[in-house]
Amino acid sequence: MSNNMEEIRQNVEAWEKGTVAKTISRFPERKNPFQNTSGFEVKRAYTPLDVQELDYNRDLGMPGEYPYTRGVQPTLYRGRFWTMRQYAGFGKAEESNERYKYLLQQGQTGLSIAFDLPTQIGYDSDHALSQGEVGKVGVAIDSLADMEILFNGIPLDKVSTSMTINAPAAVLLAMYIAVGEKQGIAANKLNGTIQNDILKEYIARGTYIFPPKPSMRLITNIFEYCYKNVPEWNTISISGYHIREAGSNAAQEIAFTLADGIAYVEAAIKAGMDVDEFAPRLSFFFNAHSDLFEEVAKFRAARRLWAKIMKERFGAKKDKSLMLRFHTQTAGSMLTAQQPDNNIVRVTLQALAAVLGGTQSLHTNSRDEALALPTEDAVRIALRTQQIIAYESGAGDTIDPLAGSYYVESLTNTLEKAADVYLKKIDELGGSVMAIENGYMQQEIQNSAYRWQQEIEKGERIVVGVNKFTIEEGAPKGLLRVDPSIGVKQTEKLRELKAKRDQAAVTAALAELRQVAQGSDNLMPVILKAVKVYATLGEICDVLREVFGEYQASVTI
Amino acid sequence: MSNPIRVLIAKPGLDGHDRGAKVIARAFRDAGMEVIYTGLRQTPEQIVETAIQEDVDLIGLSCLSGAHNTLFPRVVELLKAKDAADIKVIGGGVIPSEDIPYLKESGVLEIFTPGTPTTTCIDYVLKNVRK
Repeated sequence: MSNNMEEIRQNVEAWEKGTVAKTISRFPERKNPFQNTSGFEVKRAYTPLDVQELDYNRDLGMPGEYPYTRGVQPTLYRGRFWTMRQYAGFGKAEESNERYKYLLQQGQTGLSIAFDLPTQIGYDSDHALSQGEVGKVGVAIDSLADMEILFNGIPLDKVSTSMTINAPAAVLLAMYIAVGEKQGIAANKLNGTIQNDILKEYIARGTYIFPPKPSMRLITNIFEYCYKNVPEWNTISISGYHIREAGSNAAQEIAFTLADGIAYVEAAIKAGMDVDEFAPRLSFFFNAHSDLFEEVAKFRAARRLWAKIMKERFGAKKDKSLMLRFHTQTAGSMLTAQQPDNNIVRVTLQALAAVLGGTQSLHTNSRDEALALPTEDAVRIALRTQQIIAYESGAGDTIDPLAGSYYVESLTNTLEKAADVYLKKIDELGGSVMAIENGYMQQEIQNSAYRWQQEIEKGERIVVGVNKFTIEEGAPKGLLRVDPSIGVKQTEKLRELKAKRDQAAVTAALAELRQVAQGSDNLMPVILKAVKVYATLGEICDVLREVFGEYQASVTI
Repeated sequence: MSNPIRVLIAKPGLDGHDRGAKVIARAFRDAGMEVIYTGLRQTPEQIVETAIQEDVDLIGLSCLSGAHNTLFPRVVELLKAKDAADIKVIGGGVIPSEDIPYLKESGVLEIFTPGTPTTTCIDYVLKNVRK
């Protein structure tokens, strides 16, 4: 066996000029060039020449050790599988509670709460802007009373709960803590995640309320409060998922997510915290697209880059501060409304990418999600997809199984470098917040989204059932429909709550909230107080809107 | 006569997913139309007011949150009430096919669902607006 690079180079050259040239002259290749989603050329074949600069100990190391390229856990899925966590929620708290119990019964191992848009933007169900939106893309939560129903019969010390909530994350976290207390579970026993990532809302998802500065304060207040009181909680899930859904490519997904991460770390340090106090509780959230190897490389590159940033840039000392732990969701934007059963196959590939990339938790999309919220049958198949990968494929039996693949290692290096170029550019622009304010990331994402669409329309990128292998189809049957009268029912519930609660206590709590918001103390204790006397989410957010103002996005197309 | 078609792309309601809205806005612009985009979280009232002020020929509504049955017909109604029914309305987003007849009866001209090529939307607009 020879690993002499010069010999290999000669061999490759001879192969290209001889064997390959002869074949191509008779059978031209399908494309020229082949490109992955990040726009990098994919070569015909990879050899040791493509990973010459790779130093095993420096760049890969062992699983559970710096730089964590091969994963943050020393035994990964050999100990236990990733958390199977389906994102779910619709209608009122009652319907969602039923869905969670169903999913737990079917073997799901963690909860993931989807809130409706009014809840995510801090409006009660009776607000004018809530019309038509109540209970649609998630569950409607107006007050602690709804949250009590949502977790009725679900012991909060037995499950971990992820909540996709950002602008009003402090309020929902307070409600969760209060529900825990009512179940007799102390805050330090609570385990879960709040998304709480406002920067990607400005970039990609649009459910912001306040301007960046007070938003960052709310986030660092949560870091600080949880460090002291809810130590097992993941205080943020820094999310590339939505950045990718908005149209970014894989390299941009890593770069913009880590850039946001850097901004949170800087904000918390500026607020007086030591990096090792909060960094172990930072978590991440990525997308899994269908380009299997590019995705695996993406997860590995992101882990290595973050470890280096935390160590070299922020001087973090604890191992846990350096580990990029992440949840993955398969790509909603890759699902097609045409031939929806094909989505089961897409999701399988994407889920496999996440598992081969070493994810800590996974949501698999349902086949009908390009059409409506998933039905119970569809979500069960999606969960079964994960279970089949886990229990039947063997993908979890060894750690980071694609390590050492010339292609995957080369791609990991390429993606890391490309992401690093973006990070330097964002630093030059003054950091993530500045780059968002001048629309830099939004513009980059839009350009990628438009390019993607053009490639599909020109047939350069094939989407099965959409621009190739199409069939005539009837309308899909049996989609989930949210009860259209839910807005009225939820408004009625709210009216009853307001008639029943101790109004004087609510008024006092809101006055105290206003006062603390105007000053600089941590907001969590007063929010918790307000929540416990059944002040509504809308009332709490209105006070904060008054003090902080609302964010106005600058629009470019 | 040869004035370009003016289009307002609008996001009614609270839905923040505007990838499709922005892609279609750019495709319309590249096809020679004049395009204005409202940005997120517009009420039907705001959309209609902007459409009238900007003197557009067409409003393209985009919604992925499931609130289309409430929001789209309201835009059509308000246009009528403001004596601006000559402004045509099309819609797009995650819209179940069973809702489409209702939306069309309410006066929305056409609904485009995910997977529709931008060229299909452009051809439709060229044929049906200012015909």
